[in-house]
Amino acid sequence: METSILSSILFATIVAGTPLIIVALGQLIAEKAGVLNLGAEGMMAMGAIAGFAVTLHSGNPWLGVLAGMFAGAAMSFIFAVVVLTLMGNQVASGLALSILGVGLSAFIGKPYESEILPTVGALRIPLLADLPIIGEAFFNQQALVYFSWALFAGMVWFLYRSRPGLVLRAIGESPSSAHSIGYPVIRIRYLATLFGGAMAGIGGAFLSVFYTPLWVEGMVSGRGWIAIALVVFATWRPFRVLVGAYLFGGVMVAQLFVQGSDLDISIPSQLLSALPYLATIIVLVIISRDRNTVRLNAPVSLGQPYRPEG
Amino acid sequence: MVKLERRPEASQLMSYASPLIAIALMLIGGLLLFTALGKDPIEGFKVFFINPISDSYGISELFLKATPLMLCAIGLAVGFRANVWNIGAEGQLIVGAVAASAVALYFYETESSQFLVLSLMVITGATGGMLWAAIPAFLKTRFDTNEILVSLMLVYVAQLLVSWLVHGPMMDPDGFNFPQSRLFEDSALLPILFEGTRLNLAFGFAVSALLVGYIFMFRSFAGFQMQVAGYAKDAARYAGFSAKRMIWIGMLSGGAMAGLAGMSEVAGPMGQITDHVSNNYGFAAIIVAFVARLNPVGIFFASLLMALLYLGGEQAQQYLALPSSISNVFQGMLLMFLLGSDVLINYRVRWKEAVA
Repeated sequence: METSILSSILFATIVAGTPLIIVALGQLIAEKAGVLNLGAEGMMAMGAIAGFAVTLHSGNPWLGVLAGMFAGAAMSFIFAVVVLTLMGNQVASGLALSILGVGLSAFIGKPYESEILPTVGALRIPLLADLPIIGEAFFNQQALVYFSWALFAGMVWFLYRSRPGLVLRAIGESPSSAHSIGYPVIRIRYLATLFGGAMAGIGGAFLSVFYTPLWVEGMVSGRGWIAIALVVFATWRPFRVLVGAYLFGGVMVAQLFVQGSDLDISIPSQLLSALPYLATIIVLVIISRDRNTVRLNAPVSLGQPYRPEG
Repeated sequence: MVKLERRPEASQLMSYASPLIAIALMLIGGLLLFTALGKDPIEGFKVFFINPISDSYGISELFLKATPLMLCAIGLAVGFRANVWNIGAEGQLIVGAVAASAVALYFYETESSQFLVLSLMVITGATGGMLWAAIPAFLKTRFDTNEILVSLMLVYVAQLLVSWLVHGPMMDPDGFNFPQSRLFEDSALLPILFEGTRLNLAFGFAVSALLVGYIFMFRSFAGFQMQVAGYAKDAARYAGFSAKRMIWIGMLSGGAMAGLAGMSEVAGPMGQITDHVSNNYGFAAIIVAFVARLNPVGIFFASLLMALLYLGGEQAQQYLALPSSISNVFQGMLLMFLLGSDVLINYRVRWKEAVA
């Protein structure tokens, strides 16, 4: 009995952490290239409604994920045009993207509010799923959970073992040097931003197609912002994003287990629901307490507009 | 080929023209949106932008809706001028509303004078918003914690806080378990300015706040310091201006004004507190502040425009059967277009001959 509870807590934590991993890793790439896109919340919302609507009409959740990906990328394209081509303020433009995405998704999603999708079955990995405790939690999961791990592995390889990854990081550190040795700074920043948007869209689609699976206005409920905070918390390192996302996933599911348990404690449910947000603030304080931690790890040109002259 | 060419100096003209260009683009975007939705664009335009203000009551509603926007936006603009990014006005508004409601409910059936109750509500409302804004200010000045993320996280916490209160301690005991408080007594309601409308004294607060904001920004030394810090952080530091003090001023002014806006909602059109106390005013005010170029006069007009988008959304829901969230689409478009057309301030567009 005890082990099955442990296993299901682990299982739920991994599920809750998955969209955060996907979104935060996408943002990590954009930020490594020097682009700070605070629009993750809006891109996720658009990914969620696009994924939901397409899954509902087509009956195929994978088309839904694809649609979510395109919706997120399309949103990030708007952002990219404003900040990369038109050199708009990245902070303000990201906020605008969040407001636009949340509003547009609510607008598009209105007719879908009473709909519900069939649950998508888990993808069971033979043998591994039979391991005690961790087997069910790790290897009898939604396919996108495995995708998040693959994404993580691919990202570590890309950033630290591949030449394009090196170029990407160079652009984030010093766009003018990268430009002077002939790299197309703006084009690569476009690609990194689009990748970030595509991942945010997939993260949103995961919520509406696999996790809930329904559409409610405001259902992203701050996960986009938490993902952005995660990148800071992780000091721009993929492995820490993974750890941090599961930490947050754990906080998110903790409330469900407390509420569902027989424990006789009278904590208002709202306080439990506030825990992920409070936890975000706490980890941000911890990580920024030592001023050098963030300063030494943040891409130097993060948030700065760049325009190659001449 | 189109080419952007850097201007020798920033164009004053364009910094005023760019919001107008953005508004024009938003209107064009709106026409396209109506067409895409299969609505007659002219009819949609009329319902959205003309109908809400076609009579004097409509105009009073416009000013009523603009009031919390003016309050929030002027407070935020003070901080934004020094690059202090308080994104959590929405949460500060909610906490201000909660604090003011606590006073109103405390004096329920005590026969206290309206002046006393309302004064206390104003003070607690503004203080509540300030305290909520003090959290990111403290964490920023003490630990250098990102104020954008902290103030934003606190919006969600504030929403949960008010939800808990109206489901618990503040719930109307005779209200059939609806998540809302008692209706406030007359002594806790702001006086109406014009008979037959809902426009109340809070509009007076808003105009006063704009005046005070104007004096602070353009006639005070602290306001000048914040302006310098916004343009050139290093110059401000070199001149010995305290960055921490600016963060505190920027955050607290935003919090106080948002809290006051929350107070004027519960003591105004709502007359009670519910868990839908804010209508995204805190976020819309960010757009107002930007469209207004962080200028108090601009904030007055931009708030009216934004209020019109709110009213237009309600009309669109009623007469065009469109979700009222269409307002947010317009608002988001407006800010996006503005940030895009701001490129014209520092750059000009040149037609470049294609190189053969």
